[in-house]
Amino acid sequence: MCKEFEPKIAAFLCNWCSYAGADLAGVSRLQYPPYTRVIRVPCSGRINPFYIMRGLYEGIDGIWVSGCHPGDCHYQTGNYYARRRFALIKNLLEFIGIKKERIQFSWVSASEGGKFAEVATKVSNEVKKVGPVEKLVREKRIYD
Amino acid sequence: MIENIRREAEKILKEGVVDLVIGFEEGTIPLKSTPVFIEKPEEAQKLVWNSFCENNLAVYINRFKDKKVGIVANGCCSRAIVNLIIEGQIKREDVYIIGVPCEGMLDRRKMLREGKTEKDVDESYLYTNCRYCGHRNPVIYDYLAGEKLEEHSAQYPDIKEMESLTEEERWQKFSEEVNRCIRCYACRQACPMCYCEVCFVDVNNPKWLEGGVTEADVGYWNLGRAYHLAGRCVDCGACERACPMEIKILNLTRKLNKDVKELYNYEPGIDINEKPVLGEFTYEDKEDFIR
Repeated sequence: MCKEFEPKIAAFLCNWCSYAGADLAGVSRLQYPPYTRVIRVPCSGRINPFYIMRGLYEGIDGIWVSGCHPGDCHYQTGNYYARRRFALIKNLLEFIGIKKERIQFSWVSASEGGKFAEVATKVSNEVKKVGPVEKLVREKRIYD
Repeated sequence: MIENIRREAEKILKEGVVDLVIGFEEGTIPLKSTPVFIEKPEEAQKLVWNSFCENNLAVYINRFKDKKVGIVANGCCSRAIVNLIIEGQIKREDVYIIGVPCEGMLDRRKMLREGKTEKDVDESYLYTNCRYCGHRNPVIYDYLAGEKLEEHSAQYPDIKEMESLTEEERWQKFSEEVNRCIRCYACRQACPMCYCEVCFVDVNNPKWLEGGVTEADVGYWNLGRAYHLAGRCVDCGACERACPMEIKILNLTRKLNKDVKELYNYEPGIDINEKPVLGEFTYEDKEDFIR
């Protein structure tokens, strides 16, 4: 029997907005696909672009980074710095031929449980559609 | 121009303005000038400047931390110096810059393959980054050794061409290039901006990358190095020229340079009072890729 492909998605959520948004989606009993693995980080500015590369290197099919809306950052400016880094890393990875669906970004605030579930569904479906990551995966997958 | 460089080097060494001068001397193999470190005024006659001075001399400044350094600098070398000053690695007063307007360096390996000699100086052998160079004159200098050249703005036709390909074609091109990598790290050693005491590939905790030479390992080594140079690369091409496998590393750094220019209207290493592009932001930065 052929098992349906279930992608692994690493979701880097900032502690103050997106993580709380995920929490709200949970307590509101909103449904979204179960493929995301949440990694809580203090701020989207904490996310080293190397996390994204390392994720793909380890065979994670999609990376989703989410933080506070611009202007709402708990640390005032963290997401503004992050925004520049994300734009460059996304363009660079697309430039060498990695599918753009694999690297996703969003702003989700603590009160947007609905938006969280919606974005999680979209990200999951898109990553599922492009299939398992094959390019630039290290030979031994430690999460299998 | 060579006379001016020699005269100025001799003068500053004699007057004690600097402890040593970094420049180029005639190399021992064909079509190659070699970096030279001159401490005595009478040795200044060794200095040369030609189309084969392909190293970026700014890489050596950090090795003489307690000394005053004179340096023969063309456009990209002076931009690297500006970047090093911005990033707090050196002080402006510790370097004396002998500026040299530069018409670009020639691809010596291509010339050797085609059996050319030093007399066949021809524009068609220019390195890609030299052909589309945006800063042929030094951006800072204490003394200028020649007439300023006409400046054109930096162009990226090679990158635009690659961007217009399909995803699979781009991947083909990238993997063909990086699969030749043997991870000798010559690119890192030649780069004036790669001055980290511990490089990300040498860090054990967190271990960013394994040590092998599989496609994934060499791919992320090249990507990671390029990304570390985002908004810092001065496009001197020293990495590509140092590469024993002739990998087109500049494809990646030039792509980042193009993005930084288009998105944030910033060119690395122009003004010592500017902040690094990833160290600041504006409220209007583009974010159409964020949901």
